[in-house]
Amino acid sequence: MTDTASQARNADKAKSISGYLASHLRDYGLLFALIAIMVFFQIVTDGTLLRPVNITNLFLQNSYIIIMALGMLIVIVGGHIDLSVGSVMGFVGALAAVMIVNWNVPVALTIPACLVVGILIGAAQGYWVAYWKIPSFIVTLAGMLVFRGLSLWLLEGQSVGPFPRSFQLLSTGFIPDVFGVGRPNITALAVGIVAAAAIVWMGLRKRARNKAYGIEDEPTAFFLIRNAIVAGALLFVMYKLSTFRGLPNVLVTMGILTIIYAFLTEQTTIGRRIYALGGNVKAAKLSGIPTERLTFLTFVNMGLLAALAGLIFAARLNTATPKAGFAVELDVIAAVFIGGASMSGGVGKIVGAVVGAFIMGVMNNGMSIMGIGIDYQQVIKGLVLLAAVIFDVYNKQKQG
Amino acid sequence: MQTLLEMRNITKTFPGVKALDDVNLKVTEGEIHALVGENGAGKSTLMKVLSGVYPKGTYDGEIHYDGQLAGFAGISDSEKLGIIIIHQELALVPLLSIAENLFIGNECAKAGVVNWHETFRRTEGLLKKVGLNEPPAAQVDSLGVGKQQLVEIAKALSKDVRLLILDEPTAALSESDSQALLDLLLELKAQGVTSIVISHKLNEVRRIADTITVIRDGATVSTLDARKEPITEDRIVRDMVGRDMSQRYPERPRRAGDMLLEVRDWNVWHPEHAARQVIRDINFHVRAGEVVGIAGLMGAGRTELAMSLFGKSYGRNISGSVELRGKAIDTSTVAAAIRSGLAYVTEDRKELGLILEESIQRNVTLANLIDVSKSGVINEAEETKVAERYRAAMNIRTPSVFQKVVNLSGGNQQKVVLSKWLFAGPEVLILDEPTRGIDVGAKFEIYGIINELSAEGKGVLMISSEMPELLGMCDRIYVMNQGSFVGELSAVEASQERIMSLIVTE
Repeated sequence: MTDTASQARNADKAKSISGYLASHLRDYGLLFALIAIMVFFQIVTDGTLLRPVNITNLFLQNSYIIIMALGMLIVIVGGHIDLSVGSVMGFVGALAAVMIVNWNVPVALTIPACLVVGILIGAAQGYWVAYWKIPSFIVTLAGMLVFRGLSLWLLEGQSVGPFPRSFQLLSTGFIPDVFGVGRPNITALAVGIVAAAAIVWMGLRKRARNKAYGIEDEPTAFFLIRNAIVAGALLFVMYKLSTFRGLPNVLVTMGILTIIYAFLTEQTTIGRRIYALGGNVKAAKLSGIPTERLTFLTFVNMGLLAALAGLIFAARLNTATPKAGFAVELDVIAAVFIGGASMSGGVGKIVGAVVGAFIMGVMNNGMSIMGIGIDYQQVIKGLVLLAAVIFDVYNKQKQG
Repeated sequence: MQTLLEMRNITKTFPGVKALDDVNLKVTEGEIHALVGENGAGKSTLMKVLSGVYPKGTYDGEIHYDGQLAGFAGISDSEKLGIIIIHQELALVPLLSIAENLFIGNECAKAGVVNWHETFRRTEGLLKKVGLNEPPAAQVDSLGVGKQQLVEIAKALSKDVRLLILDEPTAALSESDSQALLDLLLELKAQGVTSIVISHKLNEVRRIADTITVIRDGATVSTLDARKEPITEDRIVRDMVGRDMSQRYPERPRRAGDMLLEVRDWNVWHPEHAARQVIRDINFHVRAGEVVGIAGLMGAGRTELAMSLFGKSYGRNISGSVELRGKAIDTSTVAAAIRSGLAYVTEDRKELGLILEESIQRNVTLANLIDVSKSGVINEAEETKVAERYRAAMNIRTPSVFQKVVNLSGGNQQKVVLSKWLFAGPEVLILDEPTRGIDVGAKFEIYGIINELSAEGKGVLMISSEMPELLGMCDRIYVMNQGSFVGELSAVEASQERIMSLIVTE
């Protein structure tokens, strides 16, 4: 009798775990996909992928994609799309180069001016989308052409550079080791330990609160494994970085922005309202949400982040070229969709978009190290994007 | 005279509902046959069975057409035999020309190549037949609704119609357009076309119909022959509503308190057709603790009235005043209307009321995030507490408040919408068809919730197409027709017959 009862309880427990897994397959799947891809390339590149110098490069190479993916996720959650970000990024980079190199404007003035230009570009596009209800696809397609043309015009078809050292630091600088040891870089290690501890501590705190409110939570085993992987990976990466040149400035920028936007989308009323507006714009409007203003703001924010990405990209190349940012919007959008956002809006997470961008980045990097041609790289990236979305749709159909 | 169509013992069940129960309909060749009944009586379902929208095998009973046992697998089958149905929502492609619309799916073409010359020639002939003086190349959305209706009829004629079915053909038409349409139907009759007309407008029915079949609750009540004896509208109304009030409504002490909401001289124009007035000079009030109903047929303008009041969500050139407890309130935006103490529970909860892919919790707090947040940061634990409170109070049946609302039944979804608006803390709730599409048990629970609101001194304005529901729940009922209030009845005076006759006599 007790046997059957405990069996039933075990069966229940197993069912709830598998049920939990099924409903959160996307979240875990993404994390494991990233790990699997990294392990794969680590093996086939004979350990080159995770060398300290390559890890540093991975961050430098992908920083601008990740920064724009943050904004793109919000635009897509709001039910729109922005095709102009690659061109805007190129345009702002060109503007910075012309200002600093040709007009001798100080760097400290150029950077805020360029960010303001990004905001204005976002506002100009968002205005038509939000208040005139012109499809964002069309408005931003137009923007893509316009700003591509304007970068060419601004640069007069030439590359402009190089930048002064102070501007380059934006991208290629490293946080100096405050402890003065140098190698291993104690600052990087310390940041890694603090960040890992913070992630685990916040996870535990949320878990405790959920328990207090009787909210169902992920099974303990899952919680432990997931946190162990995330904290472990973080410490590993930081250790590797510390044995090279320490924390890249961009990584810090990226990390802080990711935390800010994750907080904004998940914890604040404005974030909640953007999800509501993307999920059902009519219902959101009838619930008193200023849907037009919010849509407008998502594009303003996107413009700001595209401008920041433009500065970082130009700083990394140490020159502004007319081709900068070409087709980058596609990588950004792909990262967001690989990260689990839905084309119809209302669904998607910041962390997902960041992981999606890393998946793309690691694949680019790994395939390049392997010497795979750019032709095959494109094909493989395309298939990965398709597979990720098919996986989403299949999952949803199975649940529904 | 010969029988063209006979539908025998038609029974059609949807999961959980018997929409048609042993319905019989007999249509004689060359007559105009009117089909009347309340909203939801089963008229449209019956016509969908006939035209093959519900294919053979999904219903019980027999259809005899032109002396032969028939049964259609789809619309194209019934159209082949000349049965053409024109739905209430017109099925025209707005951006194509009249000529293109007339022959859509039936093009004058050889090997896939359209013969435009032939198309235009035939279009001109058909337009002449229906008396529409427009060039065949005119784009359909440049025409008014009345003319579009004529295009639909011309389209039916192009398919060699023998039995023409019109579902509420005059519902959206002006008086003169309606007259023209009725004349056309009489003319088509003279040319030998048999018609079935579904209508709520009994004066029109009396004018054109040879035979009238009344359907109520999915069953045939009577078939009246207007050629033998004149049929009075009273007679038809009695058959339409003549059911006894078998549903039960929870009891509530009726007491009207202080004046709460007062709306004066409310006028609204159509958002796209600037010349069309949708709401005309409406005045009404709701007292504290009062449940006030708005009765009317579909298209009377009830939802438009509610939405125009709620943050000008519908219409343009809105004028009039809204007062709450004697003070003018701001209803210029939805947010302002909510702050002023109004809430509007929409008719279409899936399209307008809920974010289906979000959790119950997130839907409940959506209209009042301020109360679960501090300087813009949401306290999710507090939010869960709120959701749990409403889950218990409303008896929302769900394993958890984190469940997506898309997974809930209609009744439970409606309770989530109600929770959302109660959490917004309104003084007056406008409920638009609050029990549409939900089962009897959940209806009873919702009535209970409405009564509790009234006991708390809130005002409830309830729009419903189910008259027994209004009669069972309301202290007062306004009767609305074509954008105006045409009568006001107290609970004591109100009856289905009186409401119906206020609507149909103008």
